[in-house]
Amino acid sequence: MSKKSLVVEHLKRAQMLDVLTKGVRLDGRGLLDYRPITIETGIIEKANGSAKVRIGNTEVIAGVKVQTGAPFEDTPDQGLLIVTAEVLPLASAYAEPGPPNEDAIELARVADRGIRESGVVDLKELCLVKGKNVLAVFIDVSVLNVDGNLFDAVSYAAVAALLSSTMPKYEVTAEGVKDTGKTIPLPVKLTPISITMVLIGNTIIVDPTLDEESVMTARITIASADKNTICAGQKGNPGGFTEEQVMLAIDTAISKGEEIRKMLKKSVGHGKKQK
Amino acid sequence: MSKSSITKLLDAKGVRHDGRKFNELRPVTMKVGVLENADGSAYIEFGKNKIMAAVYGPREVHPKHMSVPDRSVLRCRYHMTPFSTDTRKNPAPSRREIEISKVIREGLEPALILTDYPRTAIEVYLEVLQSDGGSRCASITAASLALADAGINMRDLVVGCAAGKIEGRVVVDLDDVEDKEGEGDMPMAILPNLGQVTLLQLDGRFSRKEFDEAFKLAKDGCMKVYDIQRKALMEKYFGAEETGEQ
Repeated sequence: MSKKSLVVEHLKRAQMLDVLTKGVRLDGRGLLDYRPITIETGIIEKANGSAKVRIGNTEVIAGVKVQTGAPFEDTPDQGLLIVTAEVLPLASAYAEPGPPNEDAIELARVADRGIRESGVVDLKELCLVKGKNVLAVFIDVSVLNVDGNLFDAVSYAAVAALLSSTMPKYEVTAEGVKDTGKTIPLPVKLTPISITMVLIGNTIIVDPTLDEESVMTARITIASADKNTICAGQKGNPGGFTEEQVMLAIDTAISKGEEIRKMLKKSVGHGKKQK
Repeated sequence: MSKSSITKLLDAKGVRHDGRKFNELRPVTMKVGVLENADGSAYIEFGKNKIMAAVYGPREVHPKHMSVPDRSVLRCRYHMTPFSTDTRKNPAPSRREIEISKVIREGLEPALILTDYPRTAIEVYLEVLQSDGGSRCASITAASLALADAGINMRDLVVGCAAGKIEGRVVVDLDDVEDKEGEGDMPMAILPNLGQVTLLQLDGRFSRKEFDEAFKLAKDGCMKVYDIQRKALMEKYFGAEETGEQ
């Protein structure tokens, strides 16, 4: 929890509720409008894939590193895919260096579930020698500037970085696994998209700013793998949703997710051509 | 983790590996007021899950600067004992436990009237003595009983139950094996009288239709657990014979 003044919080809530009942938000957006989203890929040469995503003033950067590793005991024929997220101390006056707090842990775990559980990468294709050598895909996301909706920014950056990522081509020889020095595209199957909504008063809005997050009662993040499949969900913050609100959130996540999926694929496509 | 020898989670007749139907919960028992020192406590067995919940407070906030002038600070720690799992669990809190502590706290908070206790802390400790899938749902159910037992002002109880997907079929209340080998899990907690969803997580793949089924099964499951939860509370304060619902 960042330190906020209770008085300001209460005043802001009143003002925000007032405009929300008219169907607009303090920054002039409609209830289901995102702030402008920009996605750049291929910005870190040393990474196998990378992306910088801005949603309004929220800014995050993701990098993909692919290396060899040992598989988990219970999945000997599958590679690894790990998503981490960190709010850097330079990202906000309230962020501090040191071990991640519970908000940062939740952020990383929700992003990880949204991406891994969707089956975005066929992990069987990352197996080199069953039970011994597999490829491990690390997607590390760093938050550079905090202005609300970190969940979606982290998720889009991770997915954009994955889509633009290559992996080293390995050869399995009698002596073991050898790097051929060549790269091939990462076998990405899907484009999972997370949509975060918050409840202020009785109104659900998407893509909250930091100001909006400071007065929300509850948050819900739903990730979809495609237009018919939900692959992750997380309700957050002290507050509840009615059944109708949950259903509305699911429908919004699916329709809005499809919109953003198209946009994200297009941006990543442009990035690839420029290379 | 011990490798299970179960090859099929559902047989041809739709019976689950432990003999349950798709909408059947594991056996659930609860008891209120089980610890001497705590201001409120409860114990729950949900299948093989065995969980102890204790509440301390409202009491002074430590460190003092963490206190809030207009309400109580709710704190929650969900922790698994090293012997609660198949392979020994490192006793240090894992990232998973930190996240679960957070979602449980946020799931409990809407039920509590924290503004009744300014400048205090209410602390909820959940100790999983044995885990078997669905421990966060069982924990939040026990936590709300312990809070009620501590006499904290509440708007409603909180009750949890999960739904999930095994072999393409949506079922209620996954156990450990079904959780690991199934295709999805959706833990949920509700305020049964206020009709609010206060904890909702989902992982795995669900179509829109499957989500609706899962939501309904979890909700119905919650209502069944709520019955047992309410009886457990009545039993402590009014004695078993006066619950009138045996």
